[in-house]
Amino acid sequence: MEKRNTRPAREVVVPGDLLDDSGMDAGSNTYVLDGKIYAGVLGIKNTYHDAVSVIPLGGRYMPSTGDTVIGIIEDIGPSNWLVNINAPYPAPLHVNEVPWKVEFGDTSKYLNIGNVVLLKILMVDESKKIQVTMKDSGLRRVEGGQLVEVPYSKVSRVIGKSGSMIQMIKNLTDCRIFVGQNGRIWIDGESENADVAVEAIKLIEKEAQSSNLTERIETFIKSKLPEMEDDEGEEDQ
Amino acid sequence: MSGHTDMVLVDKKGVRIDGRKADEHRPVHIEAGVLGNADGSAYLEIGKNKVLAAVYGPRECHPRHLQDPTKAIIQCKYNMQAFSVSDRKRPGPDRRSIEISKIIAEALEKVVLTELYPRASIDVYIEILQANAGTRCAGLTAASVALADAGIPMRDIVPAIAAGKADGHVLLDLNKEEDNYGEADVPLAIVPSTDEIVLLQMDGNMTRKEFDKALDMAFGACHELYDVQKAALKKRYAVSKEGDEDE
Repeated sequence: MEKRNTRPAREVVVPGDLLDDSGMDAGSNTYVLDGKIYAGVLGIKNTYHDAVSVIPLGGRYMPSTGDTVIGIIEDIGPSNWLVNINAPYPAPLHVNEVPWKVEFGDTSKYLNIGNVVLLKILMVDESKKIQVTMKDSGLRRVEGGQLVEVPYSKVSRVIGKSGSMIQMIKNLTDCRIFVGQNGRIWIDGESENADVAVEAIKLIEKEAQSSNLTERIETFIKSKLPEMEDDEGEEDQ
Repeated sequence: MSGHTDMVLVDKKGVRIDGRKADEHRPVHIEAGVLGNADGSAYLEIGKNKVLAAVYGPRECHPRHLQDPTKAIIQCKYNMQAFSVSDRKRPGPDRRSIEISKIIAEALEKVVLTELYPRASIDVYIEILQANAGTRCAGLTAASVALADAGIPMRDIVPAIAAGKADGHVLLDLNKEEDNYGEADVPLAIVPSTDEIVLLQMDGNMTRKEFDKALDMAFGACHELYDVQKAALKKRYAVSKEGDEDE
């Protein structure tokens, strides 16, 4: 997410706030009325080059093509599953989009209600009908581990600048972590280490707006870990 | 508007029974994000009115037949608690609360960018904890703060306030006595950035001149209320605002 160059003004705007009337380009979460740009959502004003947009502070995850998300199977049909991906709409996962050969009506042999799957958004059409797929590298059903939910607007903080935050957590805790764009995070590792990783992510969620977060999380993890292991963690994603 | 009283609602100096002047609204307090389980929420006090609003969604619309394939629908439920008035209110929806739910939903529909969420539903719940006249305005004011708090894309926040007439004077933001024994009550809700009217009703009688004066007062008060709404939303994120992001 475009968090760069947001330094000068970190101004909280509410819907209807005038952002610009000097002819800048309207970015995301804004609307134009009589040539003036107004905020369309509660968030932080973000000026980048000659465009102005709003980074939302809350709201519901809206899937977009190519996102990797974590879903929970909600319902089973004879040739598809309905997956809850934390969006306003359920996402159907068709049998053609799973890595197994599934006979008609055999869907429940492969995935059952409550199973957690890693998915990719294949397509979202203009009426917001979603299609998801499991046919991509790394996408699968997950077993074991823990699932943590954070607001989707905080996902970029959890990942950090070009993945610095999540890489640091993975290296320090030796956990396998998968961050879904929809705010669900799956963590698997040795019990104590995984617990520390979960705590670290909760801390990121709480202090998402504060500075030097990566360093602060690093010291937090180091203080919490029972003993420092220097071996390389297994990387996921 | 219904009863008669010997009470002097506005004295010779133009001061009302609660000490306000004619064009003065009751003290307002708004707090955003008070409930943990709803997507967005707000608590509002205006005078003796106490209102809680919660928002869920956008989420899949149930029942299915209410879905609109072109835009999201707003489902609003205005509910008065049994203890909200001095004589216990019989719980459950009645004609009045169904009407208020409808007009509030229609007012909010004008500002929410519903076309972004086809087939979805945005659910607004308004609970009146304590009523002292003007709860439909208080409910709508709280609901629009709750919607913004839920991160729902909208054009603007809607403030609402009533004006009216009592004892022959045009007054702003009637309280219970003025509402009960007065001559007219005009609730108004606007879109502040464009001054469009999204809710306007009139109960009772006024001359055209009085009506225009009441409308002017209410417009001014709506803009004041709008600032309180914005401040409440900004306050919620002000605590964590001080540092820069290190990303």
